Amino acid sequence: MSATLEVAGLETHFVTRAGVVKAVDGVSFSVDRGQVLGLVGESGSGKTVTGLSIMGLVDAPGRIAGGSIKLAGKELVGLDERGWRTIRGRKIAMIFQDPMMTLNPVLRVDTQMIEAIQAHEDVANDVARARCRDALGRVGIPSPEERLSAYPHQFSGGMRQRVAIAIALLHNPDLIIADEPTTALDVTIQAQIIAQVQKLAAETGAAIVWVTHDLAVVSGLSDRLAVMYAGRIIEEGPTAEVLTRPGHPYTAGLLASLPINNPRGRPLNQIPGSTPSLLRLPPGCPFAPRCGACQDDCTVTRPPETRFGMDRRLRCFHPLEASA
Amino acid sequence: MFAFVLRRIGQSAFVVLAMAALVFLSVYAIGNPIDILLAPDADQRERDEAIARLGLDKPVWVQFLTFLGNLAHGDLGKSFVFGSDAVSLILGRLPATLELAIVALVLATFIGIPLGMLAGLRSNTWVGRTVMTGSIIGFSLPNFWFGIMMILLFAVELQWLPSGGRGPTGKLFGLEFSLLNPAGWPNLVMPALTLAVYKVSLVTRLAYAGTREALLQEYVRFARAKGLSQTRIVGVHVLKNILIPIVTVLGLELGSMIAFAVVTETVFAWPGMGKLLIDSIARLDRPVIVAYLMIVVGLFTFINLLVDILYSTLDPRVRLADAGS
Repeated sequence: MSATLEVAGLETHFVTRAGVVKAVDGVSFSVDRGQVLGLVGESGSGKTVTGLSIMGLVDAPGRIAGGSIKLAGKELVGLDERGWRTIRGRKIAMIFQDPMMTLNPVLRVDTQMIEAIQAHEDVANDVARARCRDALGRVGIPSPEERLSAYPHQFSGGMRQRVAIAIALLHNPDLIIADEPTTALDVTIQAQIIAQVQKLAAETGAAIVWVTHDLAVVSGLSDRLAVMYAGRIIEEGPTAEVLTRPGHPYTAGLLASLPINNPRGRPLNQIPGSTPSLLRLPPGCPFAPRCGACQDDCTVTRPPETRFGMDRRLRCFHPLEASA
Repeated sequence: MFAFVLRRIGQSAFVVLAMAALVFLSVYAIGNPIDILLAPDADQRERDEAIARLGLDKPVWVQFLTFLGNLAHGDLGKSFVFGSDAVSLILGRLPATLELAIVALVLATFIGIPLGMLAGLRSNTWVGRTVMTGSIIGFSLPNFWFGIMMILLFAVELQWLPSGGRGPTGKLFGLEFSLLNPAGWPNLVMPALTLAVYKVSLVTRLAYAGTREALLQEYVRFARAKGLSQTRIVGVHVLKNILIPIVTVLGLELGSMIAFAVVTETVFAWPGMGKLLIDSIARLDRPVIVAYLMIVVGLFTFINLLVDILYSTLDPRVRLADAGS
């Protein structure tokens, strides 16, 4: 039995006038049914493009240049637009970052939900509408029947995100890609949304790829954690292990910069510098210029992916500690 | 919704009042109508009599109130030239102009929006570039030149269409419309096209800009993520969003087409309001000019009112913001 999602050697390139930007450069991971993978990284690390690639939604000038994306064993790379359309929304659903922007402001919620059902199934309007109402009820929207006839601007941010989640769950997808769905929300609402998605995923058995820059969010949510840097996964493993014993200096740096891990009254730890331009990556490890543990060999060749401990992968010549 | 409409009507009434004051001041208070009305050899007694009869000896504000009172009764005086009521003279010409403007508006909508959306969807291909270059040409061609060139080609060279005049018409509620009589359609084609060229270009550019902007929005990406077809995304999600600015502009343009189809009507000898205005200005027929201005003001106000109401059905945010206040 294959995993719900298997991504192998995925490469998504953007051809620009200044050169080819390898936004996703050989990314591999897999997610099983009912599992949550946290995909973590700074802005520009390629985590969102990875999510969009899995949906086949990378816009020109970007394109999937290589690798494979398998959904329940079925290859998605190379599908034509018609083929993708049967997958999107039905097999793979996506929840986006800003709930203020994802719903069309001039269309009523029922229009936007019913069309999502009718895009894949030939059902009558009233049947579809009843399903939409149930879906809204499931994500915790009070008086769903009335709310169906409302416009997006009549919802709060958290409620809009619930609507977006309800739309994503309409076809009980095998896989949900959540691209920072809680970033734009209040902390209390964040917790509610996360709990909601967890519960619904457990009920339907959907696999989830949770894209975020917020380690705190994924720590309580994901089964496995993949840390991205400059278009590559530099560390991957079970969440608890990665968080307690990070192998890559970058992961350690991310953890050290969390306010909760810093003593009160002292300046926060930070990783010096910023993510490198993907057009001008250094020849060696892309993190080398910012790395405190950088040694001579780090600047010569790219560290290959190595097994680390029992169940972890790492791209670093000098891991922080030998894993048990 | 009712309160919204009511308040807009109140605002419209105020605009009409302000414009009435402006028109009154600019046409009635400046210059002396007596010089035009009386023979040059009239003596002082005759002049005084005429001034008293016309109420020109009263203070300006009394004259203005009289003007307003007559306006409220739809009385804007008699044409010096035709001797008949100025308002009914103009309204008699209105159907000709109205149908010209409406045909042009329909052309602008049904040619401009699809063309602009097509160009917006294919902005980096030769199709998109051709459409956008074409729209610049449509924009910059002088109206009268385009009309004359059409006459040269289709009326003189090819002899497919009549060069001017209105042709046979059909009657509706006692008004004459070319649209109602197919025999009159050939006469309508060239003037309507000439009037529409600029509007088509305008709508094309608006639709193009709107489409390009809408395509970058998250809701389009989310719609694609739902697995919707391109037709549904473009035809519903994009179209409904870009219609808002287009409706605004078309509303204003419809007003200006009705009011200022002067050039086109002159080129094609189309017996509409514009032609009447030009003739009246040439003959210093003041009541007709004033009546024309007031009718145009009323027309613009009315169209803007319609646009506002249409707006609120297109954009739910407008409607509800108003309902809440």
